[in-house]
Amino acid sequence: MSPLDHKLLRDLWRIKGQAAAIAVVIAVGVLLLVMMDGLVNSLVETKTAYYERYRLADVFASVTRAPRRTLDDLAAIPGVAAVEGRVNGAALIDLPGQQVPIRAQAVSVPEFRAPALNDDYLAAGRAIDPARQDQILLLEGFANAHGLVPGDALTVTMNGARRTLEIAGLAQSPEFLYTTPPGELAPDDARFAVIWMNEKALQAAFDLEGAFNEALLALGRDARLPAVLEAVDRILRPFGGTGAYGVENQMSNRFLTEEINSLRASSRAVPPIFLTVAAFLLYIVISRMIESEREQVGLLKAFGYSSAGIGLHYLKFVLAIAMTGAALGCLLGIVSGINVAEFYRAYYKFPFLLFRVDPAAFITGFIVSVLTASAGSFIVLRRVFALAPATAMRPPAPADYSRSERLGGVFRALLDQPSRMVARRLIRQPVRSLASTAGIGAGMALSVAMLSLMGGFDRTLMLNFSVIDRSDVTVTFTQPLGSDAIYALQRMEGVLVVEPFRNVSAVLRNGLHTYRGAINGLVAEPELNRAVDADMEAIYIRDDGIILAEALAEILRIAPGEMLTVEIQEGTRPVLQLPVAGVARSLLGSPAYFELGALNHSLGEQNRVSGAHLRIDGAYGDVIYDLLKNMPAVAGVSLKSDARASFETLMDTGAGAIRYIMAAIAGIITFGIVYNSAQIAFAERERDLASLRVIGFTKGEAAFVLLGELAVITVVALPVGSVLGYYMSAAIAAGFSTDLYRIPTIFVPSSYGTAAIAVLAAAIVSGWLVKRNVDRIDPVAALKTRG
Amino acid sequence: MRNGSKAPREPAFKVEGLTKVFGTGHSAVHALRGVDLDIPAGELVVLLGPSGSGKSTLLNILGGLDHATEGRVRFFKEELTAMNDAQLTRYRRRDVGFVFQFYNLMPSLTARENVELVTEIASDPLDPAEALALVGLTERLDHFPAQLSGGEQQRVAIARAVAKRPTVLFCDEPTGALDIRTGRSVLRVLQDVNTQTGATVVIITHAAATAEMADRVIDFADGRVREISVNEAKVSAEQIQW
Repeated sequence: MSPLDHKLLRDLWRIKGQAAAIAVVIAVGVLLLVMMDGLVNSLVETKTAYYERYRLADVFASVTRAPRRTLDDLAAIPGVAAVEGRVNGAALIDLPGQQVPIRAQAVSVPEFRAPALNDDYLAAGRAIDPARQDQILLLEGFANAHGLVPGDALTVTMNGARRTLEIAGLAQSPEFLYTTPPGELAPDDARFAVIWMNEKALQAAFDLEGAFNEALLALGRDARLPAVLEAVDRILRPFGGTGAYGVENQMSNRFLTEEINSLRASSRAVPPIFLTVAAFLLYIVISRMIESEREQVGLLKAFGYSSAGIGLHYLKFVLAIAMTGAALGCLLGIVSGINVAEFYRAYYKFPFLLFRVDPAAFITGFIVSVLTASAGSFIVLRRVFALAPATAMRPPAPADYSRSERLGGVFRALLDQPSRMVARRLIRQPVRSLASTAGIGAGMALSVAMLSLMGGFDRTLMLNFSVIDRSDVTVTFTQPLGSDAIYALQRMEGVLVVEPFRNVSAVLRNGLHTYRGAINGLVAEPELNRAVDADMEAIYIRDDGIILAEALAEILRIAPGEMLTVEIQEGTRPVLQLPVAGVARSLLGSPAYFELGALNHSLGEQNRVSGAHLRIDGAYGDVIYDLLKNMPAVAGVSLKSDARASFETLMDTGAGAIRYIMAAIAGIITFGIVYNSAQIAFAERERDLASLRVIGFTKGEAAFVLLGELAVITVVALPVGSVLGYYMSAAIAAGFSTDLYRIPTIFVPSSYGTAAIAVLAAAIVSGWLVKRNVDRIDPVAALKTRG
Repeated sequence: MRNGSKAPREPAFKVEGLTKVFGTGHSAVHALRGVDLDIPAGELVVLLGPSGSGKSTLLNILGGLDHATEGRVRFFKEELTAMNDAQLTRYRRRDVGFVFQFYNLMPSLTARENVELVTEIASDPLDPAEALALVGLTERLDHFPAQLSGGEQQRVAIARAVAKRPTVLFCDEPTGALDIRTGRSVLRVLQDVNTQTGATVVIITHAAATAEMADRVIDFADGRVREISVNEAKVSAEQIQW
């Protein structure tokens, strides 16, 4: 091994603490990148594999009743690879101890074969006995939520008939990864169930003998989806088809895709910010470390080492640190990626997980680390190389502090000698002071942004459930009802306000941009469930135009005043041309509001409602729930408290959960930056401090000269970090917003305070660690040997 | 090796009108103000003078560590003042050894490794252990600078400088940081190097007594040569009286 390599290893060993601190900062930056990439890739891979293995259909089409022979016609459509017809009906489950009946979906399973499409995965128990018509498979998530196990009995009402069924096994299915109670956005395992049941038994229950009411199609590789949808609609129209749709509009898949997209968006938006901050620190620290090697560089040049040879030596030095950090980050990224993916696997209810990281994530991590580290060293080395070796070998000429002389009078009047040293050093080297300030500020900004994001999540819930939705209970009917139903609700004791609504499924179209969703028909001046603008002021609902949630307006690329095509998917299926009358601030979901009467009018109906929002007197709650439970037309009752809890769960366990990990990483980076700034300042000044000790400064006084500088830089960094943090939180909040919920960029003063306290705490801990180094300085030894 | 055959009358260095100015304008410092001198090959030359007289600047330019502002320096047939950085690097690597007042050892390398740092890039070097034996450090090959006394550190620095078999050895205040007894032993080593390897040795000092061991003494003052004297009765280092 060459002596230079010996030097390299020993130098690394000497600064091991600092090298480790730098490597850790770069490692967590890379960790986040690799982890997020691994997470997103793995979820996509797993989803795809799960869909393939359990043959999730590409096209779904509901009909009122179609004879099974129609399936042959569907199979004959060009591009269709497989077809399955099944019964898919609504059911209500009565569980002991539940105030309201639980909505469920009953799906048929062929008697003597596996379904050609939309197979289920048996998680526990056994498959349905073909000879038994009273056996079912129950959705595992629901069973777990209520402690149901195979062998238990379940009371189910289907098509008005009440039956007791036996749970044979628990199942999962790619079709029902997300199960959302009717009228709500957030999934809730406990309040929505799926049961799989013998085909014959289900046909009998829904009067569909020899027929089906839902067709599933798988497409070949070359199939054109629009053409197939059109052909399916043409074939099924006579049987009451409500319009075929692709898997991308299937409820569960759409939800899952949106969640993964959201993770992908935050994986693209956030890790680069973290990595940039880590890289910036790496650059500052490396350049200062090389700067402190300046005399040794001069000496090597004096011996006749070439610039290239010396450059290579220091390149190896910084690469050893940067690449160790990057490698550590990749390794930890994989480990944490697997763990986080496993968490999401359980949450998304995948039966298995395929973990995969794109090599590009590793490469990006390495390139960023290596480039910034080499840039940091090369910029300094170029400056040192430009000096004659004789100059480089001397310690830099004593810094010219005369610039601060202008302030001399003020200094002498206000500051004692050590404070003047601190102040002059800061003023003398403004670039270095500013870089340290910016570094610590950037670290703080990360914490500010992550804390603001947390605040944003809370704010979203608060706004939605107290400003936008001010009801206590939402009642959903099994089918649209007349105004009698509203009067019945109004007459209940304890019901204070009843506000009817009508939701109809619709396809919204603006040129090539389409969205399959619903039109929310509201009264003109709603009080309980409102549309609000950016200032949280109520928007009146119009009968001459539609009001879109801003997320929806973005998807459709449409602005107020432009015309939107609304294809209503129910009843007479009218197609409306409506101007966009306004864009509403919507934090949850993507509603499109239209005046109730106008909506009914367009359907050729009068006073039809799908449900109502209620405000109730809390004292009458139980009485009201009991009455609602016994109203035959009521399909679902959701309490706002339940809905809010579901959403909190979604945000805390879904795509939003990653914010906790990111916040932790932000904390590590913030601390790492402060600590590294303190360490490098100590390394640079070790000999000066020793001189101070020699001339009689106490340990405390010597430490003050160093820590005073750190303190000033830290304090100045606080406002810098706040401003940077504000802009960073906007970028990060945008990355976290999804189709389902938006995270506003908000100014939460407490996040700034907390981040500032974190930075100060990091500075105090770092200061304490550095102070111990100052105390350990042996004045004689430090002065005896010169580098 | 140019010093293989000692040719006393051939100058190793020929310096003409050498000027060096640091800084510009009001803050300009004239370190050298037109220096003319010859340093014959194989001699032991002592540069005397008070601090700031310009002797270190001269030595840095002769050693290829710094550029002149004006004037010419010839090293045998080559003109140093016309060389670019790469050529100066080659010159330092091939011909020059340095010994500094503060030793300038790499603290993270042992004595042997500090010597290897130079033998690594030299074309026909001494074995590092041999070079250290030359300065009497056989026993301390694997010690780090921090484990050595000042005199020992300086001897490592000398071993490092001579290990490449330099044509010329520059020593800037080699005894400046040492006590008298240690300083004398270091000077003894330099004298031995001069006689045994035939290298031209240039020593900067402000201790006038060192002049007693020189072939030639160049007296510096205020950036100019004040006097050059040839020492007819040079003594060995042990006999120097401080």
